Amino acid sequence: MNTFDYVRPSTVPDAVAAAAAPGSAYLASGTNLLDLMKVGVARPDRLVDITHIAGLDRIERLPDGGLRIGALVRNADLAHDPDFARSYPAVAEALLSGASAQLRNAATIGGNLLQRPRCAYFYDPFSACNKRAPGSGCDALHGENRLHAVLGWSPSCIAVHPSDFCVPLIALDAFVEIEGRNGRREISLDALHLLPGDTPERETALEPGDLIVALRLPARAAVFAGHARYLKLRERTSYAFAVVSAAAALEMEDGAIRQARLALGGVAAKPWRARAAEESLAGERPGEAIFRRAAEAALADAKPSGDNAFKIELARRIVVRALALAAAGTPARLPALPGSPFSSAPGALHDA
Amino acid sequence: MPFCISLTVNGVKRNIEFDDPRVTLLDLLRERLDLTGAKKGCDRGQCGACTVLVNGRRINSCLALALSHDGAEVLTIEGVAQGEALHPVQAAFIAHDGFQCGFCTPGQIMSAIGLINEGHAGDDPERIREAMSGNLCRCAAYIGIVEAVQDAQKAIAEAGRRDAA
Amino acid sequence: MTLEILPQASPHIRHGSNIGQPLTRRDGVLKVTGRARYAADNHPPGMLYAVLAVSSIARGRVKSLNVEAAKSHKGVVDVMTSVNRPKLAQDPDEKSNPFMFRLDLLQNDRVRYANQPIAVVIAESLEAATEGAALLAPQYEAEPARVGLDGAESFVPPGVGVGGPAEIRKGDVEAGLDAATKRIDATYETPSQYHNAMEPHAIVAAWDGDRLSIDTPSQGLAMARGRIAGLFGLSPENIHIRSPFLGGGFGSKGLISGPQILGVLAAKLVGRPVKLVLRRDQMYGPVGHRPPTRQRLRIGVDGEGRLTALDHRAKTASSTFDDFFEAAADISHTLYASPAIATSHEAVRIDIGTPLFMRAPGEATGSIALESAIDEAAAACGLDPLAFRVRNYAEVEPISGKPFSSKALRECYAQGAERFGWARRPLAPRQMRDKDGFLVGWGVGTATFPALMFHAEARAIIRRDGTGLVESGAHDMGQGAWTALAQIAADGLALDLDQIEFRAGSSDLPDAGIAGGSAHTATAGMAIHSAGADAIAKLAELATRDERSPLYGAGNAGLVARNGRLRRRDDESRSESYAEILARAGLGEIEGRGASAADPAAQSTYAMHAHGAVFAEVKVDPDLGQIRATRLVGAFAAGRVINPRLVRSQYHGGMIWGVSFALNEQAIIDRRSGRVMNADLAEYHVPVNADIVSIEALLVHEDDPYVNALGVKGVGEIGVTGAAGAVANAVWHATGMRVRRFPIKLEDVLTPAG
Ligand SMILES: Cc1cc2nc3c(=O)[nH]c(=O)nc-3n(C[C@H](O)[C@H](O)[C@H](O)COP(=O)(O)OP(=O)(O)OC[C@H]3O[C@@H](n4cnc5c(N)ncnc54)[C@H](O)[C@@H]3O)c2cc1C
Ligand code: SF4
Ligand code: FES
Ligand code: FES
Repeated sequence: MNTFDYVRPSTVPDAVAAAAAPGSAYLASGTNLLDLMKVGVARPDRLVDITHIAGLDRIERLPDGGLRIGALVRNADLAHDPDFARSYPAVAEALLSGASAQLRNAATIGGNLLQRPRCAYFYDPFSACNKRAPGSGCDALHGENRLHAVLGWSPSCIAVHPSDFCVPLIALDAFVEIEGRNGRREISLDALHLLPGDTPERETALEPGDLIVALRLPARAAVFAGHARYLKLRERTSYAFAVVSAAAALEMEDGAIRQARLALGGVAAKPWRARAAEESLAGERPGEAIFRRAAEAALADAKPSGDNAFKIELARRIVVRALALAAAGTPARLPALPGSPFSSAPGALHDA
Repeated sequence: MPFCISLTVNGVKRNIEFDDPRVTLLDLLRERLDLTGAKKGCDRGQCGACTVLVNGRRINSCLALALSHDGAEVLTIEGVAQGEALHPVQAAFIAHDGFQCGFCTPGQIMSAIGLINEGHAGDDPERIREAMSGNLCRCAAYIGIVEAVQDAQKAIAEAGRRDAA
Repeated sequence: MTLEILPQASPHIRHGSNIGQPLTRRDGVLKVTGRARYAADNHPPGMLYAVLAVSSIARGRVKSLNVEAAKSHKGVVDVMTSVNRPKLAQDPDEKSNPFMFRLDLLQNDRVRYANQPIAVVIAESLEAATEGAALLAPQYEAEPARVGLDGAESFVPPGVGVGGPAEIRKGDVEAGLDAATKRIDATYETPSQYHNAMEPHAIVAAWDGDRLSIDTPSQGLAMARGRIAGLFGLSPENIHIRSPFLGGGFGSKGLISGPQILGVLAAKLVGRPVKLVLRRDQMYGPVGHRPPTRQRLRIGVDGEGRLTALDHRAKTASSTFDDFFEAAADISHTLYASPAIATSHEAVRIDIGTPLFMRAPGEATGSIALESAIDEAAAACGLDPLAFRVRNYAEVEPISGKPFSSKALRECYAQGAERFGWARRPLAPRQMRDKDGFLVGWGVGTATFPALMFHAEARAIIRRDGTGLVESGAHDMGQGAWTALAQIAADGLALDLDQIEFRAGSSDLPDAGIAGGSAHTATAGMAIHSAGADAIAKLAELATRDERSPLYGAGNAGLVARNGRLRRRDDESRSESYAEILARAGLGEIEGRGASAADPAAQSTYAMHAHGAVFAEVKVDPDLGQIRATRLVGAFAAGRVINPRLVRSQYHGGMIWGVSFALNEQAIIDRRSGRVMNADLAEYHVPVNADIVSIEALLVHEDDPYVNALGVKGVGEIGVTGAAGAVANAVWHATGMRVRRFPIKLEDVLTPAG
């Protein structure tokens, strides 16, 4: 790890001012940033520690019924906030399916949104990586890429966004509030993360020095509370990133789907909202056939970026299952193994 | 020394000076404060061996910048027993053989104490397993660990009832 | 001395005396309070930190290192490279015996595998040393890496495992296959695996003139000391190594590794004590691994369901510069009766660090393939896989025809099956679902591991007050030597455990051999036991020759020792305490010595193995392929059990390694560069707590009069065998899909779309 200046502002304006210096990085809990610094992928000259800024750790009900979550709220605290978990159960489940209890206790909401990809070649300063060193090439492209992207990738970068949290958030039309050099603005979460195109080094819509101050969930997102699930396939039962994941949320009316929300994780450089699939579900009665149709729609543009064709069919299947689980209703209590198929009972569909 | 933070470590408040901003909480404890109970298994948040309680919550001290924790209260494995009297979690780990080589054990025990404080798992073994999954044990003492957590939790609850009575 | 820190009367649960008792660990309090001092916890005054720089190519040459940049980083004291590394008395590439592995000690600028040490940076702080190593920014002249089992020309290695022949045959396999009514011909692949003990290799080394003081984890103190003595041209007596606790070894700490020696060299270079601890990623190269294998099995079965032929061919990989060849096929020598058996090995040399012994080396890799193939054969015959195994039960060791010194495998099958509920298993696959619709499958595997004995020595002293002191340079890597060997020591001296002081884990104690091959309890234990017997015999000699003793004239054989007293066998009321005997003889103490070694006569007469039967249940999501091993029952017969609590833990751990082998762990190696791309603990998956639901180990009674006088076989490694195959077979039984490349991944068990 390189040495750095360390500053610890106590207000948002001070933080933004401190981060104006080139080479600055915000330090939240550091579970991603310090990791990247240890392997030499991030080498900031200045760390602007935002964890001592007062007021960014609150969860507030807004007058319009929406929820505003300060950027420093810890992942665990948000997931276990009873009001939040009741209104947005799929988000709570996604949070609790990520990382470990210790990491969730530390990790902040803002840091979670902005965590960097886990691509092994990105993490290795000795590999070619367009994201880390623009123009150097992409060693993942013809390398060990079984878990890389199947949607929205370009030959310049095939990495996936690792966050679980972001998947249901994007399905629920979350917004982020940003404080920058030119004051405050807000953008939809969908606009925050960028697809690689020819500029994989540009991962988000943030400008240098931009600070995420809060995340907002609109009031209407709570209409899905009764039928919302997050499902995550992993290579072990817990403490692993998603192979693929899906968030499904349904608003049910008289046994039919009034509106549906669907997003996929582990498939693209950003949390992947499946709007065409959502539309195909509106007005339908839940059932395997229409779920399958939605899944086809969600993955219509998918193509393997390497040894990962299996992820496309797997993603279709997880969509079907997540929709079925959502239709069956949000369980009264979060399952013991959040996000795991082994907690999703009942409802495994039978291929036989 | 250019850096100074105040930490309450195992109940004792101290001002700590050091010369390097890069020091993690784990390295501060192990290399500068001679508290070597917390272990370094990966240094990257991937194993849980470095788990300590900060302000009552379990975290991975290897991914915590010491400077950032100015003012925090830190509890390490060294501060868990009351003199010679073991904490119920420690006693239960011995009784259930919840370890073999013992290297992950300080982290497991701090994690278990954190888990019991959090109170989300109850007595459900599946929830305990999930909540203890941030602590790898290559010796694979997982069966004993879960039994120990269950037992200790009961013992703590009973002691609480006795105190209340 | 580190030894004094072990409380001699730590609180343990007692159920009577010593051997056979499920005592809790004597080092338990130290371990749960954080007071157990592992190597990296030491911090002698004036200590500096050393950090390795390792190569990021697998083959080539280091062209340059920016030593100046590293040195000008604040806090960096020195940089050790091939240019200024202190001289050694011995070439690290010299090999004078098969257990002497070539080390990378900066002897030149060659790179022969990724993560090979290429420099060491020494600094006042860990932070400075770490950054100093990054600033070296090596430039390489890279050559194309040879990667994987097809990466180079294959050859027949000169020997496999510990000097075994690469090819062995009995009977005519081709004729046996021709005569068979059912044939299996299947190829299985196992990946590279890394030991990944939770404790990274660490060393704290301090020189004092030509004396060397070391804290480092070691599974073989005497060998480590000998290796260091040879490399530095020191007399072994001048080297003191302390290793009271290992944070796991699994074979990776059996022989001292290159990085540990580099710590000693760094201390020499700077003339101050140095601590060097590997980063997790640096453990994927210079400290050994389990090599990949590709194994082809051909099995013939006759109309009665009996094997007519068993042909097991294994291909493996070793490094380009040293010889370790995983003896994967040798498992087929001992398990199933067949008139014709052939095993053979071939190998490639590729650009990897030298593979090494990793928990059940050869047995684990071979077992998952053999147990899968046997399962396939049973299915081909329409037979229950347990019944099939029993039908092919080996009454004598198949390859040699020798009788077994003991073999309670039948009882293991029976007790394990009973406990598991095996009788309810439907024959055909994909028949069972749980209430939530998940596929359920049950599988079985046979476990086996040789009962080995090495050489060890021990010392036992009876002190003036009648208490005992027993010394053995034994190693506790988690298996429980501090406890089990102390139990044996107490019985050897016929004292209560609280009456003895037991010293271990230090190179100035008698050589306890190596904690490997699951032979440590037997080997060190036998030495300890005979040292105790020797001390008592000497004491008896004193008493029976002393007219004033109530034991006078009884003769040695006429005495028994119990609870700190010698008694006449024919009249136990005539007795005398150890303390009284010593006092009258005017002696402060009496010392006994013991040694152990394998008995060549017994070994040439009998085949000696531990056995077991492992039953596994898995659940599989029918649509999504997520797999979980939900229940394992293992029944093991491994001779006498010194401490059932510790033994059970060993079996649990071994079986979980089996689960991991079948479902989780694998090094992902870039096919172009030969580098491990998941050299960490986040992507190199070992089971977490949530992966393990229910594990039970049954200890099946077995008396073995031949393995050694204690009747002890090994328990540390056998659990891996059998379990891995049982899980793989359960996955087949759940899904109907036979996966032959391990670990089994979720995409392997997905039904085709549609
Ligand atoms: C072993 C391991 C396993 C994990 N597993 C999972 C998993 O399964 N699922 C999952 O979703 N995540 C997983 N994570 C990632 C984890 O969720 C993130 O590391 C964490 O959420 C980051 O939060 P933080 O507060 O620590 O952020 P930091 O590390 O402090 O920051 C992360 C990045 O965001 C920037 N940043 C932080 N806050 C702000 C802000 N308010 N405004 C602007 N920029 C900001 C920082 O500059 C930095 O670039 C895992 C992490 C580890 C180490
Ligand atoms: S996939 Fe993206 S992050 Fe990975 S190596 Fe290629 S460019 Fe870098
Ligand atoms: S050392 Fe901190 S999680 Fe491994
Ligand atoms: S006890 Fe050895 S790693 Fe857990």
